[in-house]
Amino acid sequence: MRQLWETPGGVHPPENKVQSLKLGIGHLTIPQKLILPLVQHIGDAAIPCVAIGDVVLKGQKIASASGDLSAPVHAPTSGVISAIEDRPVAHPSGMSALCIEVTSDGEEHWIDLHGHAEYKQLSPQEVSHLIADAGVTGLGGAGFPSAAKLDNSRTRSIDTLIINATECEPYITADDILIRERAAEIIQGIDVISHVLDMPTRVLIGIENNKPEAIDALREACKSMAIEVVAIPTKYPSGGEKQLIYILTGQEIPSGQLPSDIGMVCVNSGTAFAIKRAVINGQPLISRITTVTGGACGINRNYEVLIGTPVSHLLEENKFIRKNCSRLIMGGPMMGFSLSSSELSVVKTTTCILAPSHSEIPEEDPQQPCIRCGLCAEACPASLLPQQLYWYAQSEDHERLQAHNLFDCIECGACSYVCPSNIPLVQYYRSSKGNIINSRNTKISAAKARERFEFRQVRLDKAEQAREVKRKARRIATEKAKTSDSSAADIINAANLRAKARQASPDQQKAKLERTLMAAKMRLEEAQERLVEANKSGSAEQQAQQHASVEGARQKVEQTKRRLEEVIQ
Amino acid sequence: MIELLTENITLAALVSLVGLGVLFGGLLGYAAEKFKVESDPIVEQLDELLPQTQCGQCGFPGCKPYAQSIADGDAINKCPPGGQSTINAIAKLLDVAAPSLDEEHGEEEIRTVAFIREDECIGCTKCIQACPVDAILGAAKLMHTVIARECTGCDLCVEPCPVDCIDMLPIEEDIEQWRWSIPKKQHRLIATSSSAVYETLT
Repeated sequence: MRQLWETPGGVHPPENKVQSLKLGIGHLTIPQKLILPLVQHIGDAAIPCVAIGDVVLKGQKIASASGDLSAPVHAPTSGVISAIEDRPVAHPSGMSALCIEVTSDGEEHWIDLHGHAEYKQLSPQEVSHLIADAGVTGLGGAGFPSAAKLDNSRTRSIDTLIINATECEPYITADDILIRERAAEIIQGIDVISHVLDMPTRVLIGIENNKPEAIDALREACKSMAIEVVAIPTKYPSGGEKQLIYILTGQEIPSGQLPSDIGMVCVNSGTAFAIKRAVINGQPLISRITTVTGGACGINRNYEVLIGTPVSHLLEENKFIRKNCSRLIMGGPMMGFSLSSSELSVVKTTTCILAPSHSEIPEEDPQQPCIRCGLCAEACPASLLPQQLYWYAQSEDHERLQAHNLFDCIECGACSYVCPSNIPLVQYYRSSKGNIINSRNTKISAAKARERFEFRQVRLDKAEQAREVKRKARRIATEKAKTSDSSAADIINAANLRAKARQASPDQQKAKLERTLMAAKMRLEEAQERLVEANKSGSAEQQAQQHASVEGARQKVEQTKRRLEEVIQ
Repeated sequence: MIELLTENITLAALVSLVGLGVLFGGLLGYAAEKFKVESDPIVEQLDELLPQTQCGQCGFPGCKPYAQSIADGDAINKCPPGGQSTINAIAKLLDVAAPSLDEEHGEEEIRTVAFIREDECIGCTKCIQACPVDAILGAAKLMHTVIARECTGCDLCVEPCPVDCIDMLPIEEDIEQWRWSIPKKQHRLIATSSSAVYETLT
């Protein structure tokens, strides 16, 4: 039996997981329209590589990654690209972002899939490239591009791979059901990850002990392998990356660092499954397991949902009763966010759609003053002082907030959960984090502006100095010229010599004069034509003018002829 | 000499104290020369707090000169782009009371960025010369454009433009810049709280 460490704090909210586990993974009909946001992950937005009207096949890439920290997007079914425009997306702000809309043709024509069952013959780099190309991102909720995480970890020596199958948040059972039904594929995925990480010495699967079937399924699937399935006590938030690593190994990740800095990598079990599909089957990430649950849903179960499926479609097939629903939540009741509309689509990070009834999650009670009871400090899994942070957040004291390690807050919501005064503490912390990041960014851009301003100042000064030097030189020269005639004569002589030296050779002069002659003749002809015209219809004044110009042109021709003769001689 | 000192204690004390004084005085003098700070550090700190828009609304040709002027005793509320938060920060640094913004120099406005309507630009380079942070690109008789990322929104380029083709556009918040806001305070529940009483009365 492995020794386990206990994290500080934590809470035990009602689990509510049984409802959605009565049925296995379900399948939905294909929605008519699928909406795929270009940012479904942490990092830069993908860039569309299709145009409106293009016919796409299931699994075809429709937007490519735009840099190292980005992930491509693939068509979840075959059909036509019907729009590329801003649509409301699943984001706490309720704002819009660029999306690609695919109108399905119902045929489900796949692209040609190239699986790599013999991936062990490929280099880790090639395998990680396959993962990146399949658009795999963390499916546990944060959505960090998996290939970027593995590549970054590969540069350090990794001795421990931790598979996060904790799923500590209430209501969500997506990982549980996936493990029960497809444990073997998850284990294959873990093998692929181990290969990419150059075979870490320890591979641990952390799973809460409230999922006995899943634990048995995993133990069965990895019987003959050096993978250890560790059942950990059920407590929220044991599934936080830092918390799970501490529970399993007793090691803490220093503030501001990553697990890879202490030789560990933590990957969600759903992600391991997606990696298996990407590498061994060659399938890009176009679907995920999402829990649809809550009192307002007629059926509570998990579905294999195509990414981009509108939430309304998901609910419709689930006998959703609108009037029973208090609000629509994407994610769990602790860390999820309310949706402003059901027309938003399921994205790669959508673990759960929660439609609770009015009695399940009632309207929030009004916020009351903090009574300094200290329950939040006891519940905090990161050993922070939530009430102190709350005071400093109210007074926007950024220095003190940072001194109290605001940025170590994992926003798990345990403090808000226990608060007897219903203070939405996490929102205060999120807001303060945002403000601090904003003011850091303004500082950076101010420093840049200062640098540019000072550089410009230096440049202008230099130009002014250069001009001053020139002016001085000119003044001295003229003064000299005034004081001595001989020197003036010298200057004139020198100038004449320079002019002579610059004079062209006779051949060149001849060619130039010939050109001039030709042009002069043409001008003469034009002038004569104009004169004829003027004689026909113009006034007397115009005729005289044209006459003069013909005369002038004729003189020019003769003059040029004379000079040409001189040169030839 | 030593005999004289041992016999005369007052003299000994005097000599040793004077000696120590000379020694430490020399040390301090040396340190002052050796670790000399070129510029006034308070000016640097003030400059750090100013928004670096270089807009000149304070009446000085840039943020640094204004910082110098504050250090020399000028008022700290002359910077509209920095707004109240900058005034508060300076007040905290100088340990004085924070006044409100002097409206003579302008009002605190939302941040903007210059935008050149490129069809109308005649390529006169006047805005390029006016830009304090070299954020406008272009050449004579060719179209100019603003590097939006480097623009401080000082609007110094607007006035020199002979064809008025420069707009100051407010920076729109997109989904990446969106941040959570502080939760709205709900009405107080304490019956004796003045606001609650007032609300029920009206």
